[in-house]
Amino acid sequence: MKRLGLSGNYAVAYAVKMADVDVIAAYPITPQTTIVEKLSDFVANGELDAEYVNVESEHSAMSACVGASLTGARVFTATSSQGLAYMHEVLFMASALRTPIVMTNVNRALSAPLNIWNDHSDAMAERDSGWIQLWASSAQEALDTTIEAFKIAEDVLLPVMVNIDGFIVSHTYEPVTLPDEGEVKRYIPSKPLTNRLSPRLAYSVGVVGPPEYYYEMKYQAVDAMERSRQRIKEIEADFNRRFGKDYKDINAYYMEDAEYALLAMGSMTGTARVVAESLRRRGERAGVVSIRWFRPFPFERLAEILEGVRGIGVMDRAVTPGGPSNPLFVDVASGLYGMAERPVLQSFVAGLGGRDVSTDEFGMMFSKTKEAARSGRAGPCIYVGLRE
Amino acid sequence: MSSFEWSSGVWPDWCQGCGNFGIFTALRMALAEMGMDRKRVVLVSGIGCSGKIPHFVKATGVHALHGRSIPFATGIKIANPNLKVVVHGGDGDLLGIGMGHFVALGRRNPDILVMIHNNWVYGLTKGQASPTLGRGIRTKALAFPNINDPVNPILIGMASGYTFLARSYAYNAEHLKEVIKAGLSHRGAGAIEIIQPCPTWNNIVNMEWVAQNTQYLSGWDPVVASEDDLLKKMQEVMRLESMDKKQLGIIFENRFKETFEDRLASINGYYKDNPPARQRIEDEGSSLPVSMDKTFGRYMV
Repeated sequence: MKRLGLSGNYAVAYAVKMADVDVIAAYPITPQTTIVEKLSDFVANGELDAEYVNVESEHSAMSACVGASLTGARVFTATSSQGLAYMHEVLFMASALRTPIVMTNVNRALSAPLNIWNDHSDAMAERDSGWIQLWASSAQEALDTTIEAFKIAEDVLLPVMVNIDGFIVSHTYEPVTLPDEGEVKRYIPSKPLTNRLSPRLAYSVGVVGPPEYYYEMKYQAVDAMERSRQRIKEIEADFNRRFGKDYKDINAYYMEDAEYALLAMGSMTGTARVVAESLRRRGERAGVVSIRWFRPFPFERLAEILEGVRGIGVMDRAVTPGGPSNPLFVDVASGLYGMAERPVLQSFVAGLGGRDVSTDEFGMMFSKTKEAARSGRAGPCIYVGLRE
Repeated sequence: MSSFEWSSGVWPDWCQGCGNFGIFTALRMALAEMGMDRKRVVLVSGIGCSGKIPHFVKATGVHALHGRSIPFATGIKIANPNLKVVVHGGDGDLLGIGMGHFVALGRRNPDILVMIHNNWVYGLTKGQASPTLGRGIRTKALAFPNINDPVNPILIGMASGYTFLARSYAYNAEHLKEVIKAGLSHRGAGAIEIIQPCPTWNNIVNMEWVAQNTQYLSGWDPVVASEDDLLKKMQEVMRLESMDKKQLGIIFENRFKETFEDRLASINGYYKDNPPARQRIEDEGSSLPVSMDKTFGRYMV
């Protein structure tokens, strides 16, 4: 086993190389650029036998990916923020045409004002696009999740977006263990995909779906997403067995006897854990829940984990102006609605546009959540660290 | 007003030797020499190194989205045709991701000047090949020589209907200043291709390259003499642009074409005197009454 010092972005590039992709469509955007830059190195020096196309926009990048994927090629692209937003209309085509594209989205805030730093507004805005969304919070997890993503995408015939936090994960160097290349090849063998465009069959896709047909076509993608829950579980179990890992849909820390907990996604859960550990040392029964699969949303397992927990602080790194609450909170609240005894949910927004969230602020979130848990009542959303 | 009074005071964070400094200087000199009214100048930029220019110029500015500076500018100009609207963007921004808008601007011919900061690369994202980089050229960040053909903004501009086209050089601020002044004086859609060395990522287009591969136009009359002369002038520009060396100076100017503002005025007689920006939306704090009879009069029976 080889151990390298890699940034999150380079770890993704190594995973894509191991996946032996056929086509890469690339358009640069900070903080994603170093992924496709590293891949262009691999292609240019012969380490990766792939067609690499520099397109003129992200809209074209995703369009080229859909086209390539329809021919049965294994396809990869990466983007961030405005790039993902610019792909918006093509993302829906990718899922509805059942193209197993894998894309890394390096999470970054959306304009305006222009901001290149991390938050989750880009991915949240695409949560209804029919893409599977996985979230990784370290360089190692980014590499492993990207390899899993190819397996999942090609198994359930849906595109998969792997999210990593801009700069915090994408540009931080960490020791990363590369999995055995032969084992990766056995896990995701290159195989011809079925139901693809072919000159022998000569049929067209994407043609007009009038009211008599559109609904059923759309439902197939919905159904595929629902069925993917079980398949992702099995595929991940296979990955864990082969590579000695322990990945799950939700990571739960100190939740066995937790009275209250913070729930978040991405790299911020690391800080939450550190703060929870110090609270534990003081006898507090604090826990942390980190959502790793955002689509399909693992609401059943979430309800199991939160059984007996009295209060949850949901930390969003994105906002839904005018909505009942912010995106992650809304999903958690809807997911838990069926529980007989629901925990009290306190909403937090933190870290927009790359604003640091300090350990003190995490401490405050834990204590507000505890207050809510004890009183049985949550207050309005708290905008952590907002200057007024 | 001196050119320094057009500086916002924000520190320009371009790389040492960046051609953008020359463009920034020439723009401020042109605005100062023309005695432009600060309140009437609007700069709209896209994304990239060029996109930062509204931060540094003391005028109204919008830092828009990648490729979308021209539609933003068009909206501003249509709402208030009394403004002097200038677009700044790179070659990747205006001629790649935003090429559709570059063409549409020519078709409409509004009085907007587009300044293309052409450095042949995507500078801010570390030197990828942009739409103006020639085939077979390998700048330092490329793994292998470029396999795409370049676009020529002057010829695309001419084919799209631009009525002012020029090329200048960022390191010759005096020449660029004069070209910008001519562009700002022209009524209609204008584009200036500015050869902008990028010392960080483009190791090909440097001062020596520009000295060897460009020439200043002399004895060239860019102005279309009459409407009948248009085709002939366009053919001459084609010949000029097919020469080995890139021509610097004002290349094409057509004063016969109606601007977009004229065209709007031709279907709405009130437009010039009462454009949207000047229309009242309230009267002493209450909204203006809308007369349904007047609006729907012709449908009433």
